[in-house]
Amino acid sequence: MNERPLSPHLQVYRLPLTAWLSITHRATGVCLSLGMIVLVIFLLAVAQGSESFALVHGFLTSIIGRLFLWAWIYALVFHLCHGFRHLVWDTGHGFDRETLNRLATYELAASLVLFVLIFFLSFV
Amino acid sequence: MADFNLPENSKVKPGKVWAAPVGAKRIKRIEVYRYDPESGENPRLDVFHIDLDRCAPMVLDALLLIKNEIDPKLAFRRSCREGVCGSCSMNIDGHNTLACTKAMDDCSEVIRIYPLPHLPVVKDLVPDMTHFYAQYASIKPWIVTQTPPPADRERLQSKEERSKLDGLVECILCASCSTSCPSYWWNGDRYLGPAVLLQSYRWIADSRDETTGERLDELEDPFKLYRCHTIMNCTDTCPKGLNPAKAIAEIKKLLVERQK
Repeated sequence: MNERPLSPHLQVYRLPLTAWLSITHRATGVCLSLGMIVLVIFLLAVAQGSESFALVHGFLTSIIGRLFLWAWIYALVFHLCHGFRHLVWDTGHGFDRETLNRLATYELAASLVLFVLIFFLSFV
Repeated sequence: MADFNLPENSKVKPGKVWAAPVGAKRIKRIEVYRYDPESGENPRLDVFHIDLDRCAPMVLDALLLIKNEIDPKLAFRRSCREGVCGSCSMNIDGHNTLACTKAMDDCSEVIRIYPLPHLPVVKDLVPDMTHFYAQYASIKPWIVTQTPPPADRERLQSKEERSKLDGLVECILCASCSTSCPSYWWNGDRYLGPAVLLQSYRWIADSRDETTGERLDELEDPFKLYRCHTIMNCTDTCPKGLNPAKAIAEIKKLLVERQK
């Protein structure tokens, strides 16, 4: 007998918003871990003296460096908002079918509002 | 590690296009996953056209019409045709549900029907559920007691105790939720999945069962229970409107509470 085929999964499944937020939570978590490495490199550069500091500082204040930093800040606020949702879930609340997608939308909106707030505060 | 792609022998190829019935006015296009184990060929997506004026409203009615009048070789499971047996669960329009309770009016213009996701396919829409049932058996889905039963009557339950089982006993084990769960797709060999965990909680929550501690011990495992990451596909897709994610959260809560 032939080996049985595996039925399609990601290829055909229409993921609900909550699933997309869950994937984003995982992805932002990975990004934040990478950001921690950059933070360590930054601190090492500070400890090593002005020459290495200038090098790292130069990269972080370049356009690409700034884009990365802003992406990390959004990853942080998103991870924070979804992490808060996880805390609520851990208490056994927030599971109602009717409110699932509405709460997901609020969570997404909250992360965007926080991001914009931080963006404007950075100019003050 | 999760494999996001289908293996070579599972890639779905374009299939046969069956012509629309002559003289039909309201034609519905339905695309159905086909796999013939005897041909050795890859699965394919056949295109059927049915006459809505000659078909009852549900997706199962359309499948039966196809089997009766267009292609008798089409294989799928069905029994009660009213959402209590759980046989006709499949992926319709990107969601897992029961073909018998899903109205064609609630589907897209073109209805695409696949077997339940990420399972070995026996034929067409019939997946191999052996592993799912073995996992169900592993949670001992029956009352386990240590004390002798009352001499003159059954083990009774108050109305309040019985009400804790509402939303759990309605589960028909159609596996829609488990096969909608990405965690179950990637770790189904060791993760029990939402359906079996909801069933497990059904016995944990039962006031007559006397092995709650042992049941919780069994579940305290990084894979069996804790692969649930509240993705919520299970609750989103359950054709009976149940909430497996909440049942799993209740188990997690009990595990934390007993550590006090």
